[in-house]
Amino acid sequence: MKNKLTGLPKPVKILLWVLLALFAYAVPLLEPPIISTPGVDFGGVLFTVSIYCLVALGLNIVVGYAGLLDLGYVGFYAIGAYTVAILTSFHASWPLLLAIPVGVVAAMVSGVLLGAPTLRVRGDYLAIVTLGFGEIIRLVAVNTEWLGDTRGIKNIAKPPGVGGEEGWFQIPHLFWGDGTVLLDTEDKTKFLFFGVLDQIPYYWMGLTAVILVLIADILIKNSRVGRAWEATREDEDAAELMGVPTFKFKLLAFATGAFVGGLAGGLYASRQGFINPQSFLLLFSILYLAAVVVGGQGNRWGVLVGAALVAYLPQRFREFDDFRVLVFGLALVVLATVRPQGLLPPRRTVRAKKLEHELEELEEGTGEEENAHA
Amino acid sequence: MNFEFLFNNLPELTITGLAFGAIYALVALGYTMVYGVLQLINFAHSEVFMYGTFAMLWTVMALNGAEADGVKLIAILIAALFAAMLMSAAIALILERVAYRPLIKRDAPRLIALISAIGASFVLAELMGLRDKVAEWLGLDDNLDDYVSGARINNSMAGVLEKPRFDVAGVSVSSIDLIVIVAAVGMMVLLDQFVRRSRLGKGIRATAQDPETASLMGVNPTRTIQVTFLIGGIMAGIAAFLYMLKIETTRFDVGFLLGVKAFTAAVLGGIGNLRGALLGGLILGVAENWGSALFGTEWRDVIAFVLLVLILLVRPTGLLGESLGKARA
Amino acid sequence: MPEAILEVQNVTLKFGGLTALDDVSFTINEGEILGLIGPNGAGKTTCFNAVTGVYRPTSGGISFQGRSIVGLKKHKITQQGIARTFQNIRLFPTMTALENVLVGADAQHSTGMLSALFRLPKHRREEREGHDRAMEVLRFMGIHRKADELAANLSYGDQRRLEIARAMATNPKLICLDEPAAGFNPAEKVELMNLIRRVRDQGFTVLLIEHDMKLVMGVTDRIVVLEFGRKIAEGSPADIRDNPAVIAAYLGVDEEDAS
Ligand SMILES: Nc1ncnc2c1ncn2[C@@H]1O[C@H](COP(=O)(O)OP(=O)(O)O)[C@@H](O)[C@H]1O
Ligand SMILES: [Mg+2]
Repeated sequence: MKNKLTGLPKPVKILLWVLLALFAYAVPLLEPPIISTPGVDFGGVLFTVSIYCLVALGLNIVVGYAGLLDLGYVGFYAIGAYTVAILTSFHASWPLLLAIPVGVVAAMVSGVLLGAPTLRVRGDYLAIVTLGFGEIIRLVAVNTEWLGDTRGIKNIAKPPGVGGEEGWFQIPHLFWGDGTVLLDTEDKTKFLFFGVLDQIPYYWMGLTAVILVLIADILIKNSRVGRAWEATREDEDAAELMGVPTFKFKLLAFATGAFVGGLAGGLYASRQGFINPQSFLLLFSILYLAAVVVGGQGNRWGVLVGAALVAYLPQRFREFDDFRVLVFGLALVVLATVRPQGLLPPRRTVRAKKLEHELEELEEGTGEEENAHA
Repeated sequence: MNFEFLFNNLPELTITGLAFGAIYALVALGYTMVYGVLQLINFAHSEVFMYGTFAMLWTVMALNGAEADGVKLIAILIAALFAAMLMSAAIALILERVAYRPLIKRDAPRLIALISAIGASFVLAELMGLRDKVAEWLGLDDNLDDYVSGARINNSMAGVLEKPRFDVAGVSVSSIDLIVIVAAVGMMVLLDQFVRRSRLGKGIRATAQDPETASLMGVNPTRTIQVTFLIGGIMAGIAAFLYMLKIETTRFDVGFLLGVKAFTAAVLGGIGNLRGALLGGLILGVAENWGSALFGTEWRDVIAFVLLVLILLVRPTGLLGESLGKARA
Repeated sequence: MPEAILEVQNVTLKFGGLTALDDVSFTINEGEILGLIGPNGAGKTTCFNAVTGVYRPTSGGISFQGRSIVGLKKHKITQQGIARTFQNIRLFPTMTALENVLVGADAQHSTGMLSALFRLPKHRREEREGHDRAMEVLRFMGIHRKADELAANLSYGDQRRLEIARAMATNPKLICLDEPAAGFNPAEKVELMNLIRRVRDQGFTVLLIEHDMKLVMGVTDRIVVLEFGRKIAEGSPADIRDNPAVIAAYLGVDEEDAS
C-alpha cells in the first residue's frame, strides 16, 4: 500500500495525510464499536495512547535512530511533569503554556547533563546508568518535601480552553445502536473546554503534540542529523572516521529524546491534575521500551503502533491488566529471539531482506553496464 | 549531615555494611562472569537471586523451621541452602537456554540480547508476583495457599532464627553478620581458586579471552557458557540464603534493587574480574551504610546509583580492571 | 622539491608488549601515490590507524600539511582532509549507497538540528551540494546506478568501490586505501589501479596499501616497505624491486610475483 502511496502526486498525498489526521481527531467522537473501551472513558484511553505515542517517538530517536539503550526514559518524563506541577501549582501559579516549555527545557538540560559524561561509556553500561538515573529522579521526588514527597502534587493547571465553560461550539458523539448509527445529542464534547468529565479535549491536545513531533521527526531524520545518527548506530568508529562527530550527535539524540519525554510528562501532569512518584516507576521505562521494540525500533510508524498496543490493550482488556507487565516482558523476549526487528521494522530492513532474496536468484545474468562514467 | 552519628557508630556501621557488601559481591559474581564470557549484562540475574530467596523461604516453611531449634534447625537451614542453590542454578540455566542461547547463536547485537534479558527479568519477577493467580489457574491454590498468598507483598520468615549479638572490644556485632561475611568471602575465595586451577575454570578464562581460539583448542563454547551461568546461579543461591538469614523478608521485586547494586559492585571492582566483584561489593556495602548514616536511610538506594554513575565517569574499567580472561594464574 | 603533505616522524606504537610500529618515518608528497607494502602483520593497517587517529602513537609525531594531528579526534582529522577505507569493509549496511556517500560528504557540512527542522537555506544548500557531490563520486566509481540500493545488498566489488566513493566524498587531500583490491580478480584489480590513478589525477594524494607487488609497482610513484613494524626500505618501485632486504622479507613469495 505504501508503495502505491509514494507514487501519488504530492498534493494528493498531503490531502490523504490531512484526512488521516482528521480521522484521528474524530475517533473519540465516532465511538466506533469494538475498539472503544467498555467501562473506561474512551477519550481518556485515547489520551493515554497519545502520550505513549509521544514517548515512543521520543525514545525511538534515542534507541531506534541513535542506537542508545535508555532504560531511564521515565526520568525525563518525570522532570517534565514535576516542573509543570511545581510551576503551576506547588510553588508558583504560572499558566500552563508557560510552564510546559520550561519543563521541556528542564528535561532537555537534564538529558545533556546526564548524557555528556555517560555517553562515552559503552552502550550496555549506558543502559544501566540511565536506569539508575530514572530511579534517582524518582527517589529524589519520594524523599524531597519540596517536591511533595510521597504525597505528590495536586491542582496542576489545566490547559486554557476557548469559549469558556461551554466552549465555542459543541460536537455530538455518534451512538451505535443495533445496525443504526445516530447522533447522540445527549453526549457532546465542548470545543474547547478542558474539564474533568470529558477527556476528549486532552486527547486532541496529545494528538496535536504527536503530529507536531512526528513532522519534526520526519524532517530531522531526513537530513544530515538523521544520517549521522544512523551511521553512528551502525558503526560508530567508521562514522567517526568519515567525519561524524559521533559524541555530539549522540548527545543531540539524547537531548531530543529528553525534550519529547519532558513534553509528554508535562501534558500528562496537566491532564491528571495530580502526580506523585508512583507515576514514574521504572516499570514505565520498560513499557516504553517495549513499545519501541515491539513496534519496530527505527520505524516511526512501527513504534506508534507499538505504543498504541502497549497503552491500549491493557485498557481494552482490563481483566488482564494484572498480566500486562508479564505479557510485555514476554513480548520482549520473544521478539528479541525470533523477530528482533519488531512487528513493523524500518522499511529498508524489509527491503534489504527481500533484495537479499532476489539477489540470490539473480546472482548471474546481471549484465548491467558498470563503467558508464561521465 | 549527621557526622556525629557516623563517627560514633563507625565499627557497627562498617560491619553491617560489610555483610550487605558480601551479599552484593556474591550476586555480582553472576554479572561479572557472564559479562566476562559473553560481554553481556545478564539483566535477569537479579531474578535468579530472587527465586533463591523464595526457595529458602519455602523450604523453611515446608519443614516447619519456625518451631525447630538446635540441630534440627541447622539441618533445615542446610536444606534451605541447597534448595536456594538449586533453584537459582535452575533459573540461571533456563535463562541461558531461553533468553540467551538463541541470540548468541545468531550473533545478535548486544542491545538485542540486553532487551531479551530485560524481558526475561520482568517475566520471572511477574510470574513470582502473580503466583497466586498462576496457582489458581492450575487449580493448585488450595494446596499451596501458604506459599502463594501475598504474592505482591513482603513474605517473611521472621522469628525462625535468634540472632545473638556479642561484644568484641566494645563493639556490638551480630552473629549473622559475621556468618554472612565469612561465608561469602569463603565462597569467593573458593570460586577464585576454581576458576584459576580447574579445567572448567581454565575453559571459562580461555573463552573470556578469545572465544574463537578457545573453541579451536577444544573448549566447547556452549558448555562453557552453561557452566558460567550455573556458577553464577549457585553463587546467587548462596547469596539468597545469606540474604534471608540477615533480612528474613523477600518479595517478588526484591531482585531489582539488589541486582542494580550488585551490578554496581561488579562495575566498581572491574567487570569480568572475580576479585573485583568482592572488592566492589564490600566497598559498596560499606559506602551505602556510611552514606545512609550520613544523609538518612531514605537516601540509601540513591547512594548506590550515584556511586555507579560516578565510577563509570571516573574509572569505567573499575578499580581492579576488567579481566576474567587475564586473571593471572 | 615536492611539498610534503603528510609527515610520519619516528612513530612507535605498542600494544601492551607488542610493538606494532617501531620508529617508522616517511613522508607523502602532494599529488603522489605512495605504496605501503609488507607481509601480513607488518603494521600497515596500524600505520593507517595511527594516521587517522584510531590509535595514538606511543611516541613520535604525525603532521598533516605542516600541523601535528597527534591526539586530534578522528572526525577532526577527517575534516582536515584525511580519508580512508577499511581492510574489512565497514559500510553502513542499513543505509543506501547514496546515503553512505552523503555521510562522507557531510564531513564538510554543518547543518544542525535547527537548520534541518526548519529547512533553513543552509540545510537546503548543503543537501543539494552534498547530493551533487555524492552522485559525482558514485559516477566516478561507476556505481551511480546502485545509488538507491542498500550498502548491504551491493556486490562485494561494489562495496569496495563504495568505500572509496565514501572516502572521496569527504573531500580529502589525502586518501588512504587499505587493500582496496583485496578479493578482486586480476582484471578487476587492473581496472581498480587505473581508477586509483585517475583519483590522483583529480588532485588527491593517495596512500595505498596493497598486497600484490605487481600492482603496486605499476601504480605507485614511491614505495615504503614495512616488516615487523619497522621500515626496511623506501624508494621508487625500481629501487624496491632490487632491494635485497625487501626480497628477503617477501621470501616465499615467488620472485616472479615481485617483478
Ligand atoms: N588493537 C590491537 N591490539 C593488539 N594488537 C594489534 C592490534 N591491532 C593490530 N595488532 C597487531 O599489530 C600487528 C600489525 O597488525 P596490522 O597493522 O594489522 O598488520 P598489516 O595490516 O600489515 O597486516 C599484528 O601483529 C597485529 O596482531
Ligand atoms: Mg592490514
